[in-house]
Amino acid sequence: MLKNTYKSYPNEKGYFGQFGGRYVSETLMPLILEVEKEYEKIKNDKNFNNEFSHYLNSYVGRPSPLFFAERITNDLGGAKIYFKRDELNHTGAHKINNCMGQILLAKKMGKTRIIAETGAGQHGVATATVCALFGLPCIVYMGEKDIERQSPNVFRMKLLGAEIRTVSTGSKSLKDAMNEALRDWVTNVKDTFYIIGTAAGPHPYPAMVRDFQSVIGKEVRKQLEELEGRSPDLLMACIGGGSNALGLFHEFLDDSNVEMVAVEAAGHGIKTDKHAASLTGGKPGVLHGNKTYLLQSKTGQIQEAHSISAGLDYPGIGPEHSFLFEEKRVTYMSATDKEALEAFQYCCKLEGIIPALEPAHALAVLKKIAKNYSKDKIIVMNMCGRGDKDIFTIADELNIKI
Amino acid sequence: MTNLISQAFKDNKKKLVTFVTGGDPDFETSLQIIKTIINNGVDIIEIGMPFSDPMADGPTIQLSSNRAINKGIDLENIFSLASEAKKTKKDVPIILMGYYNLILYFGIEKFVKKCKENGVDGLIIVDLQPEEDEDLINELKKNEIDLIRLITPTTDEERLKLILKNASGFLYYVSVMGITGQKSANLNELKKSVAFIKKHTNLPVVPGFGIKNSTDVNNICKIADGAVVGSSIIKIIEENLNNKDKILSEINKFSKDLKDGTKV
Repeated sequence: MLKNTYKSYPNEKGYFGQFGGRYVSETLMPLILEVEKEYEKIKNDKNFNNEFSHYLNSYVGRPSPLFFAERITNDLGGAKIYFKRDELNHTGAHKINNCMGQILLAKKMGKTRIIAETGAGQHGVATATVCALFGLPCIVYMGEKDIERQSPNVFRMKLLGAEIRTVSTGSKSLKDAMNEALRDWVTNVKDTFYIIGTAAGPHPYPAMVRDFQSVIGKEVRKQLEELEGRSPDLLMACIGGGSNALGLFHEFLDDSNVEMVAVEAAGHGIKTDKHAASLTGGKPGVLHGNKTYLLQSKTGQIQEAHSISAGLDYPGIGPEHSFLFEEKRVTYMSATDKEALEAFQYCCKLEGIIPALEPAHALAVLKKIAKNYSKDKIIVMNMCGRGDKDIFTIADELNIKI
Repeated sequence: MTNLISQAFKDNKKKLVTFVTGGDPDFETSLQIIKTIINNGVDIIEIGMPFSDPMADGPTIQLSSNRAINKGIDLENIFSLASEAKKTKKDVPIILMGYYNLILYFGIEKFVKKCKENGVDGLIIVDLQPEEDEDLINELKKNEIDLIRLITPTTDEERLKLILKNASGFLYYVSVMGITGQKSANLNELKKSVAFIKKHTNLPVVPGFGIKNSTDVNNICKIADGAVVGSSIIKIIEENLNNKDKILSEINKFSKDLKDGTKV
């Protein structure tokens, strides 16, 4: 495969190299194929894209700013650092870009009921938001553990009219919420659309979610051209399922001079059994509709992930990342809970931005590597979410009572 | 041992198919359960390969899988159960049922070889449809093991044809939209679906999902070639975890009842 065609994936069967595909029960297959057919129809449809852009601009608040983080740049003493401010989107993260695209598709398909899974609650809030906007009932599956640690988002979803269904099986977090959402879907296949929150799941979801998020990278290209008259040298993002990273990277995948680093959650450390680094510590397998890298036991059972960040606490990764990992197009690194916590505080104090714990992982690695890039280089990091939702977790970790 | 599944349907009598998770509540008891069911005249045995994320299953089988995994049950144990089950009555077909990841992790070729060695006659893989099954089906064909196809209420004529292409043994009809152990099928709908499938194939059609007792089995057997019962057997295990003798005596009674239900 020529190096300059990364953007052409997946193939017609939904494969990025050997990853992706459609591994679902037969009950869901006809619907998955229908979603694919309908998505292919609207993907390049002018009216759909106009409508999508309209809502992104007037409701989500796009384009999000590209901000020169001058104090952090000076402090780290290397490349010029820009933050893509997707945390300024309505609902506080990149998640809503994708939700907006998917709900417009759901409406086109005549679906009358929306379900979603959520980990950190950002995707749940974004889904609840677009459901309120378009007047559709919304059911959000959320792990018991995540409901505890993300209580502000749980309350927000309720205010937005969503029904939260607590998932108490397995690890009681994102993986199990996704299992329950799939069980709901198979039971209500006729009227229900499943808005998956990350670039994973059966084809066409990984490609569709990536496409809806790719507005991030497209804006960066344009904004940086205006600000600096050139392309970035390095793009950085955190990855749980990997949609914010793909949203930033996809536009630049075929620009061979643009380097990319994605940061997995190392939890207590990659060498412990408490992390969420599926690429660094996992093996290829099949879960939630796609073939991809997964954290697995010696007998092929899916293992529980761990991260301080609920949004990264998932034992898998979108299939396109598995492909880019094996192709070595993107470099995958990791940051521990502790490093993310430090980066979180660093960002608050130096830039007046309270980041979500998810992008704090990317920042933790950025802090380490920025000085390896000379001052004439440009790094763009996706600030994919804001940290309001995390203040209780942070206070807890810092032993502060609020 | 080839074609044991199609042999089983030769006499045109209605078939009882049962599902239990292998290794639940522990290896030894699970083996006793399987032997009990076989001795009570079950026609086909399905042994579940416990998986951490059984997406098509309701709470009963989820908990059952967890119990087995917590006992350390792995595929080697499942193969031992299959081989012991085969020794009990050599003409009762053994089917392993589960999710694709375990097979992929174990290695497809090695997995199928082990199936052959341990008397497995068929496989049911819930999350593997014709679009993705090429690697597995080629290996299964070489070893004359059936891949039992799942057909559901959402399967249309075009997909049915695709599914039938490599179908053998029998067809498992998922009689409701949903997960295992929940609602029951509407018999009129089921009748129509079975007729629709039979228009396209001579393979036996056996419904599963939501079939809870002997009466259900009887109703289904009037419409189709047999019935699959799973969750309600496993429910007996769940309700008597502290009393293994009771598990066995209750399942002994229940499986006899179920078998009686096949008489139409």
